[in-house]
Amino acid sequence: MDSATSETRTETVDETRAPLGASADNGLKIVVVGGFGAGKTTMVRSVSEIRPLNTEETMTQAGEAVDDTSGVSGKTATTVAFDFGRITLDAHNVLYLFGAPGQERFWFLWDRLFSGTLGAVVLVDTRRIDDSWYAIDRLERHGTPFIVACNDFGGDTFTPQQIREALDLDPHVPLVNCDARSRESSKIVLITLVEHIQSLYADPARAPRQELV
Amino acid sequence: MSRPGRDDAPDRLYTLTGGRSRSGPDNPFDLVTLVVAECDPVPGMQSEHAAILRLTERPTAVVEIAAELKLPISITRILLSDLQAVGRVSARHPRKAAVPDPDILEQVLVGLRNL
Repeated sequence: MDSATSETRTETVDETRAPLGASADNGLKIVVVGGFGAGKTTMVRSVSEIRPLNTEETMTQAGEAVDDTSGVSGKTATTVAFDFGRITLDAHNVLYLFGAPGQERFWFLWDRLFSGTLGAVVLVDTRRIDDSWYAIDRLERHGTPFIVACNDFGGDTFTPQQIREALDLDPHVPLVNCDARSRESSKIVLITLVEHIQSLYADPARAPRQELV
Repeated sequence: MSRPGRDDAPDRLYTLTGGRSRSGPDNPFDLVTLVVAECDPVPGMQSEHAAILRLTERPTAVVEIAAELKLPISITRILLSDLQAVGRVSARHPRKAAVPDPDILEQVLVGLRNL
């Protein structure tokens, strides 16, 4: 579990079970991906209207076919837990934010669980930049629009150019600094992502073709 | 922190779904499909089915139902498709498209800016 939860909030039952309006009919997904302790859960919490919930899924990395050999399939199954939060955007649209573990062994989650996501925020701890390499590579190959947000942990500061070089980041991918504990800062990160998605699809030559599973 | 489902007796999950462990690829329930109850719980109903109907008096996403019931997503999807098959819940699926609808993107931006 992420432990970067320096912002504490009073948790109430009401906050957890705040029901959606009766007209809500379109669920949308944005995924916040990052290494252990990068602040994924903190960011989800800072903008969510509900206390982040945790759930899990059991999956096999080799795909459905393996499961037909019932009885031994349990040995190839991996259980992945993830956190999520919710933002009611208007009477119809509800945005769900998922905090997804970025390590290599969790990436089969993407293809099946997070398909159809609008885009992703790669949350980077600049003290452990290497943790983000794999996530960025997979997002690029998957055709998922993403931006990079550097969570400010108060360590050494790097220039944007240094971070871009360290991540080998495409110049078109937005790079922002943020404080995941701050609602306003996390909100700006999400807005930056959606504006980036808009600009990508506005230019057909650069529009990503996301594989739908 | 307790992880839903992980340490529960596997027997319970097995019984819940009549032995089915996996929702097939044709199961239409996405993580963010919004589920709405079409009836009230009735006596004698499987307790998880009754819990789902109480949770979904207002639209509720599959992932929220799973978290509230402390069940894995795959088990939740099986229970939901059973309930849908007998008309006890209806499903509002996300509008999936290879390219996002520009109008929806604009609505998302407006919603985020108004937070």
